[in-house]
Amino acid sequence: MASESITLTAVQEMPRPIGSVLHDWVVTVDHKKLGILYILYALVFLVIGGIEATIMRIQLIVPHNSFVSPQVFNRMFTMHGTTMIFFAAMPILFGFGNYLIPLMIGARDMAFPRLNAWSFWLTAFGGLLLYFSFVGANGLYGAGNAPDVGWFAYAPLTSRAFSVGHSTDFWTLGLLVSGFGSIGTAINILTTIVCMRCPGMTLGKMPLLVWLNLVMAAMVLLAISPLTAAQIMLSLDRFLGAHFFDTQAGGSAVMWMHFFWIFGHPEVYVLVIPAFAFVSEIIPVFSRKPIFGYPVMVAATIAIGFVGFSVWAHHMFTVGMNPYANSFFTITTMVIGVPTGIKIFNWIGTMWGGKIHFATPMLFCIAFLFQFLIAGLTGIMLAASPFDWQLGNSYFVVAHFHYVIVGAILFALFGAFYYWFPKMSGKMYNERLGKLHFWFFLIGFHLTFDSMHIPGLLGMPRRIYTYEPGRGWDIWNLICTIGVFFQILGTAVFVGNLLWSLFKGKAAGNDPWDAWTLEWSTSSPPVEYNFAEIPVVRSRRPLWDIKHPEDPDWQYE
Amino acid sequence: MRETYEKLQAQLRIRKPLVVFVFLSGCLFPVQAAFGNPADSSQIPNMFKPVSTPAHSIFHLSLFVLTICAVIFAVVFSLLVYSIVKFRRRPGDDGREPPPIYGSNQVELAWTVIPVLIVLVLFLATARVIHAVQSASKPAEAVEVIAIGHQFWWEFHYPGLGVVTANELHVPVSDPAHPTPTFITLLSADTDHSFWIPQLAGKTDLIPNRVNHTWIDPNETGMFVGQCAQYCGTQHAKMLLRVYVDSPDQFKQWVLAQTQPAQVSDAVNEGRRVFETTACINCHAISGTVADGRFGPDLTHLMSRETIASGAATNTHENLQLWIQNPDAIKPGSLMPAMKLNERDLAAVTAYLETLR
Repeated sequence: MASESITLTAVQEMPRPIGSVLHDWVVTVDHKKLGILYILYALVFLVIGGIEATIMRIQLIVPHNSFVSPQVFNRMFTMHGTTMIFFAAMPILFGFGNYLIPLMIGARDMAFPRLNAWSFWLTAFGGLLLYFSFVGANGLYGAGNAPDVGWFAYAPLTSRAFSVGHSTDFWTLGLLVSGFGSIGTAINILTTIVCMRCPGMTLGKMPLLVWLNLVMAAMVLLAISPLTAAQIMLSLDRFLGAHFFDTQAGGSAVMWMHFFWIFGHPEVYVLVIPAFAFVSEIIPVFSRKPIFGYPVMVAATIAIGFVGFSVWAHHMFTVGMNPYANSFFTITTMVIGVPTGIKIFNWIGTMWGGKIHFATPMLFCIAFLFQFLIAGLTGIMLAASPFDWQLGNSYFVVAHFHYVIVGAILFALFGAFYYWFPKMSGKMYNERLGKLHFWFFLIGFHLTFDSMHIPGLLGMPRRIYTYEPGRGWDIWNLICTIGVFFQILGTAVFVGNLLWSLFKGKAAGNDPWDAWTLEWSTSSPPVEYNFAEIPVVRSRRPLWDIKHPEDPDWQYE
Repeated sequence: MRETYEKLQAQLRIRKPLVVFVFLSGCLFPVQAAFGNPADSSQIPNMFKPVSTPAHSIFHLSLFVLTICAVIFAVVFSLLVYSIVKFRRRPGDDGREPPPIYGSNQVELAWTVIPVLIVLVLFLATARVIHAVQSASKPAEAVEVIAIGHQFWWEFHYPGLGVVTANELHVPVSDPAHPTPTFITLLSADTDHSFWIPQLAGKTDLIPNRVNHTWIDPNETGMFVGQCAQYCGTQHAKMLLRVYVDSPDQFKQWVLAQTQPAQVSDAVNEGRRVFETTACINCHAISGTVADGRFGPDLTHLMSRETIASGAATNTHENLQLWIQNPDAIKPGSLMPAMKLNERDLAAVTAYLETLR
């Protein structure tokens, strides 16, 4: 019977010397340990990227400020963007995927455990390589260090003529190396989901998190390849005198934009789809209802995956494309709004008629819903290409994508942290500190990113290290910077809560949320082999079936 | 009693929208403060105060898009708030699970079809504006300008008029009865830049190895500010841009003055000698002299411009002298080198440049 096969008692481990424990972590091929390594590594870079953002916001607190030089400011926004996308957001999401997917599909590990370790260490060393530029490279200015070409590194600013020294090479190689890591992880996730599901778990019975990660992994595989190709071409330009993007020798600056954004826009969905995945697991549990419209949610995700590859040139509405191209990318971008809208409605449908319990993970998910709604609507405004001729590359765009990346993705991630922390650590976090973190971060987020829209509407372009007084931008920049300090406070509470709970938290038990997916059936933290016996499932909520044998899901699905 | 009650209710009915209005305008106060600043508002490059056709068309489209987005926001926001409040777990809950609902095809169909229709409407409205702006034909009276982006300044050529200037673009105001729009060809000498004057038109990039076009049709005189909107290197922030929309007479006079050769004055021969024997002439041109460099702005009519260093400083004696002596003091990372002149030569060169009206 299913019910016996998935209960398991915790195994007591003997205490071991610290050196041996560390050695274990370095050579591990266990998906859970690698997942946690990914997450910790990404948290370090999240803090570094946050410090870079804080430096920028302090510089912009008043016009004509001289907190940092333009050279330093330009490095800060380049490193902030690159770090947050490639070395904070992606690894943290891969980490959760790595940790959760095998547990949720009833597998003992990923399909390729060694490839998994290899991918992690490639990503890790890619990040170290990028940051080595602070000591090992020269910037545009000829002196100093880190890359300062912007995170999308438009040609020909990256050519030898404009970027002397090696800062751009560190950027290129860092992303190339971590890109191979991402490709490895994508292959691994795809194979695991396709081949390693436990008996009874047909595609239609997979938890939504698994489905969404399947789509994400497929997108990574397709999107990282053009980026990798572009990085190789750029390296050829810089070292072997090729002229792909060298406009002084007849190369094309616009071709780099196409290469970058056909990676860059799907990348947004690579980041946001796992965030959707967290929300799709957390909202049902805290509303005490199954997800509303499961097949439609899957279909909407796949639709986003496909249409997401045909919208990239909406980043290029101002480069002088012809009206037909502008119209095409306007309609495709607007169409993306339909499946994402369907998702929001289904999450509301899930809460509708439920009994919503406002624990910290749920609070973050509710904030996610509001903020993702606004991010989506400003996205519609930007999709209308003539409106984008005004809004593009202004602070409005900066506000819009931070609404997506912070307001939606980071909020969902915080929710995921609180939701799965008891499973990963075996300890319960402090609920009161969790709520404090939520409110600090919510206030900080809105102070910073709501006010950031307005200077954009008043003509403030992005990536400027200082601005003229008297343009109506001053007050908004001031409010924007004040919000940063609330976010720092919130993050400090978050880190403090995790550390405190890790050592002093109450034991969480196997299933603190009374949840329904397989990871909650094993011990917290799970043993190395996850399940003593491979579980057998009959519905999307196997634990519901066990807890409610009188009214199991499989009778209705 | 009942009558008084009804009267009161009637009053309330009238007052309610008023109260809502007052409340909303109170909320919007900070927004009004920024958008409606009466002092020197021409310095605020506010895209919602357009004075030229492309910016006008974009403005009208943006109002339409904003309205639709506001309606969607109101509907979804209310649904969210309602479901959070209504379906919260109440104290004293019996702990029973709510009835599971797995979905509904009718509802899913509704919230698929309605957004599709909205997208269709938005797209058609947008496509109209795209074609209206991008496919506009050039009338014979149009002024032609070639704008060339440099790190970190703007070069302007008027091929039909024989004018070359920098950073401050002069265009005639356009009378709707006899439109004299300005058609601008956008080129770049080095990296990507973007030409953006929010009150006149949306931005268009200047990309090396590529010819781009934009146009403006301003219907108000005045000075309008903007700046480079595509990161182009160290001093991207101080690549500022000014457009002076002149009356037809003013514009004629300006063109006349700009087409004169450089003024010659024996009083500043010393400064001219220093200018022509140092590296200045490698990058700067002054018509009628040996100076014919093209890497920096043309200085033939330097004093006709209100700013130097692409708008980074006002064109005063002190700033000009400081700029020649140490450009990094005004614009760190600009490509103009510090000339390291002695005090005498510096004063002489500054005096010479100040005669270039």
